[in-house]
Amino acid sequence: MRLLIIEDDREAAAYLVKAFRETGHVADSAHDGLDGYALAREGTYDVLIVDRMLPKLDGLSLIRSLREQNVTTPTLILSALGQVDDRVKGLRAGGDDYLPKPYAFSELLARTEALARRQAGSGAAEETRYRIGDLELDRLSHRVTRAGREIPLQPREFRLLEYLMRHAGQVVTRTMLLEHVWDYHFDPQTNVIDVHVSRLRGKLDKGFPSPIIHTIRGAGYVLRVDEGAAG
Amino acid sequence: MSDASAGAPVPAETRAARFQKLFRTTAFKLSLAYLAIFALCAFLALGYVAWNARAVLDDQIVSTIDAEINGLSEQYNAGGLRRLITVVERRSREPGASLYLVTTAGGDHVVGNVGYVPAAVLATPGQSETRYGRNDSDAEAHRAIVRVFTLPGGFRLLVGRDTEERDRLRAVIGRAFVTSLAAIVLLGVIGGWLAASRVLRRVDAMTQTTRAIMAGDLDGRLHVAGNGDELDRLASSLNQMLERIGELMRGMREVSDNIAHDLKTPLTRLRNRADEALRRGTTPEDLRAALEAVIEEGDGLIRVFNALLMIARLESGSAQEMLVPLDVGQAVRSVGELYEALAEDQGLTLAVQAQDDLMIAGNRELIGQALANLIDNALKYGAGSVGTQARVTLDARRAGDMIRLTVSDHGPGIPQAERARVLDRFVRLEDARSRPGFGLGLSLVNAVVHLHHGTLRLFDNEPGLRIEIDFPAQARVGLPAGDIQPAPASGGPVPTPPSRATEVAIHPAVTAPSAHPPGRASMSQEAP
Repeated sequence: MRLLIIEDDREAAAYLVKAFRETGHVADSAHDGLDGYALAREGTYDVLIVDRMLPKLDGLSLIRSLREQNVTTPTLILSALGQVDDRVKGLRAGGDDYLPKPYAFSELLARTEALARRQAGSGAAEETRYRIGDLELDRLSHRVTRAGREIPLQPREFRLLEYLMRHAGQVVTRTMLLEHVWDYHFDPQTNVIDVHVSRLRGKLDKGFPSPIIHTIRGAGYVLRVDEGAAG
Repeated sequence: MSDASAGAPVPAETRAARFQKLFRTTAFKLSLAYLAIFALCAFLALGYVAWNARAVLDDQIVSTIDAEINGLSEQYNAGGLRRLITVVERRSREPGASLYLVTTAGGDHVVGNVGYVPAAVLATPGQSETRYGRNDSDAEAHRAIVRVFTLPGGFRLLVGRDTEERDRLRAVIGRAFVTSLAAIVLLGVIGGWLAASRVLRRVDAMTQTTRAIMAGDLDGRLHVAGNGDELDRLASSLNQMLERIGELMRGMREVSDNIAHDLKTPLTRLRNRADEALRRGTTPEDLRAALEAVIEEGDGLIRVFNALLMIARLESGSAQEMLVPLDVGQAVRSVGELYEALAEDQGLTLAVQAQDDLMIAGNRELIGQALANLIDNALKYGAGSVGTQARVTLDARRAGDMIRLTVSDHGPGIPQAERARVLDRFVRLEDARSRPGFGLGLSLVNAVVHLHHGTLRLFDNEPGLRIEIDFPAQARVGLPAGDIQPAPASGGPVPTPPSRATEVAIHPAVTAPSAHPPGRASMSQEAP
């Protein structure tokens, strides 16, 4: 994907550009609000990463102006202000996601990829069925089957799986799961999410030779079918 | 300058400054204002009396003169000029006589007891007030009211009355006037002076104390005289303010000490790890492990900072606008559901009970965070309990016009003496030092509760800890809470397996088995 990083701290921007390039993406950077706005308006980017506090034009005003110009590029706001109301302000200004500083790069990467994917898939109507390998989820009848065998899930487990399947092949972090499945944005201090994932995993993988939910160390989880194991 | 002040090392400027200060006091200015008003009143009253007295005396004089003239005119009519002169001559010699004078047209003295009178007075008939002399020697020594007539043949008749008596009375009143004014002014100034200097002394004492406090003596307090006057009230409320400030300062100092200590420890650990990896790490695996440990330590520090910032933010009260109608029951159920699996993994039961429709003015995220912290704690300290003790209870119900949230565990609990302290930042009981955490969890919860105008209390759960939080209940307004929540990513109420009790099923105390008989024989003990 093609990214634009608007961040006034040149060192941080350079670090992000390098890190995104290493993970196979194309990244540009701008160091003040006006430059960033000019670049972003061309609309050739998949995702914008915007720092909230920028010289010349602050991040929120930048996003608001872009939205007024009908530039709908998904935008992730980076901010040193991690408070609940700051997040709400950011999203109201037209941002699509919000990540308080300091953050782990793996978190930023996962969120950026999720945003890019959402943009790519936004044209088509939302699918009613997800199918990954032999795992199938029907959003209308709330049925989950693996290799034709029905797997009974609790409502919350169903939504957890639904989110993982919508982002199949992508890393999703624990905070992303907490946000989208439970709708909470705080940082749970214990491994509450892990317990839920491992329960879901237990139900999905029981009696099957290959696991379908994988743990990515230091990042989160990914749902994918391993090469050769796909039936 | 008195000897006392000459001996005292008081520089002249200071003295002058002190006087100036005295004159500028409100008490002194007020005294002066009252003084002016009193003086004016006295002036008016005495003036009125003097004026009236004079009018009365003048009337008396004039009527005496009238009577004399009546008598003389009768004599004149009866016996002509000769008779008049005889009568005048006789009357002039009587003791306490009025004034008489008969002259020729040229002004030459014919008869009478008046030696001298200005020619102009004699020339114009009618009444007037004038100076006169008893004889030529004391020309204008006396004053009189006189009336002058012209008799046939150009003779002049003057009848008058000395006004000495009247003038003496006038002088007496005038003296009284001056004396009383002087007394009023003197007493007023002295009174004002005394009042002002008394006030000034106390204000100076206050100023001195506040200066000392400003200079760093935070334990200084203003003197309260105990007579309950306005200065006393001011002093005691200032003292209360100082007490509060002192408390805050001590709190701040404690916090900064704690921050220094509790942040330096992990920072040192982080630094040591990096240092050790640098010195010893030879294999990439070693270095990798060391780096991961460093990142983990860093994440922990970030968490501490975030919590501190959040507490500060909440305590400043500026997050007030984030409060919207919120169903606490729903929050309790959803956070309970989030933690249930974790509790089970730790061998504990998380029992969640919440009534429906528990509306407060709240923020879902903050309440969620607070609940998460409380459950985290309960699970952390309740871990290792067995049997019926291995149970953490989360309960939300209506209690009068409050909504009561209860979180109880059967862990070690918190001793009575420590309960108030654990709400402070970075306070970790000795027992907890061995467990992970920074001692910010409960402080954050407390800050959230305060923001929501609630109260938090800690109880002995016999054994364990029971935390009760009361939020003021809010009548349900038109909009359902869900509509106001920012971006519910995926809507729909999630039915939670544990009871969604609308019945008041269990009293928290009843669920808590007593410490003594392990196991189930606890109900009878709880019965009051």
